[in-house]
Amino acid sequence: MIAFRIDTKSGVPPYMQIVQQVGHALRVGLLDVGDQLPTVKEVVASVAINPNTVLKAYRELERAGFVEGRPGVGTFVTRRPPGPPAGAHIALARSLARWVDKARAAGLDDESIEGLVRSTLYSDRDAGEGAA
Amino acid sequence: MTTRVAIAPVAIATHDLTKQYRAKTALSRCSIEVPEGSVSALVGANGTGKTTLLQILAGLSQATRGEAEVLGRAPTQDPAFLAEVGFLAQEIPLYRRMTANDHIGMGAHLNRRWDSAAARSRVESLDIPLDQPVGTLSGGQRAQVALTLALAKRPRVLLLDEPVAALDPLARRQFIAALGVAVADGDLTVLLSSHLVNDLERVCDHMVLLADSRPQLCGEIDTLLAEHKVLIGPRRDTSVIERAHTVVQAETTARQTTLLIRVRGPLIDPSWEVHDVALEELVLAYMGRAAELSRARQVMGAAG
Repeated sequence: MIAFRIDTKSGVPPYMQIVQQVGHALRVGLLDVGDQLPTVKEVVASVAINPNTVLKAYRELERAGFVEGRPGVGTFVTRRPPGPPAGAHIALARSLARWVDKARAAGLDDESIEGLVRSTLYSDRDAGEGAA
Repeated sequence: MTTRVAIAPVAIATHDLTKQYRAKTALSRCSIEVPEGSVSALVGANGTGKTTLLQILAGLSQATRGEAEVLGRAPTQDPAFLAEVGFLAQEIPLYRRMTANDHIGMGAHLNRRWDSAAARSRVESLDIPLDQPVGTLSGGQRAQVALTLALAKRPRVLLLDEPVAALDPLARRQFIAALGVAVADGDLTVLLSSHLVNDLERVCDHMVLLADSRPQLCGEIDTLLAEHKVLIGPRRDTSVIERAHTVVQAETTARQTTLLIRVRGPLIDPSWEVHDVALEELVLAYMGRAAELSRARQVMGAAG
């Protein structure tokens, strides 16, 4: 079972935060096909949000084909989003953590690291587009 | 973007509701609708008519003009109406020397429909002692007892006046969670007033914004947020924007113009940087605008 975190200051609507967190949990393997999502009441009691917000998020996930609501039982994962298997994320997260350690050791602060990641992503994307 | 299957029925509706106290207008031509099953935030500065509106809806006060309907009936103090509509006033209405258990027992005598067992288990599940005078409980615990009592008669509409204002952040969060769970249990519409927008944003899906005794906004929060944008650009004449959209707030510095607008059509000018608006920002912008209009009216009144 996963737990949600709602940040009302993030600018992302709370229902979308739930959708994204379920998506993330599926990608990294915290959730798998057949797993049950917390019930609406459990989510409401733990993060103090509107039950309609949870329902809206679950409907959105159902429409996208990732979960299925079984009346009177709960909401269950039916499919993982396309993309590499969960193991790939874990391996990449580990090597990224090693890289971050190296960057910190070299004296980069968080802001510089984020800047470096962002600029690398952009330059890589531009290069990819140029080649295509 | 979202297609609505059916428009939810309305639990609370007012039309041109006005309350006049001698020289003072507490509420002016207030027309709002709150859909069934929603948790609606009644937001506004102090003295803008929030309590007046709640008291009229609870049948505790008569409007000077206009109509109000709660679950299709005009608010009164008769038992049939009160069985379905709960009201929790700002100063928590508990007898300090009586215990939570005493209150639950008393409620059973006074109400046709009353779920004592659910009320007791609710209080117990929150680790609140049932057999201590409520005067000895913390503010958060007293608020929870009051909410339990308000829910014990299984109302279909619950009106709450500043329920969390006096609570510390943890008690506030717990109270809001409890309210959400009650709504998740089904067939309950909540209208709660507060000026703490951050707390409301979590639990509310609908908002009524009162300023200057009038409703400025009424609707689903997600829709209201999507309809408003913040535009930032170099300082310039804003008349083009004003013709196409509604400018709620405008701020100008020597070089820069910042507008909060209600979008009425496509935004075509690419020189504006377009940002989403946060709920607190939106509420403050409308409150600020209403205060300005009110000042302008007073000046006009004084001049005339």
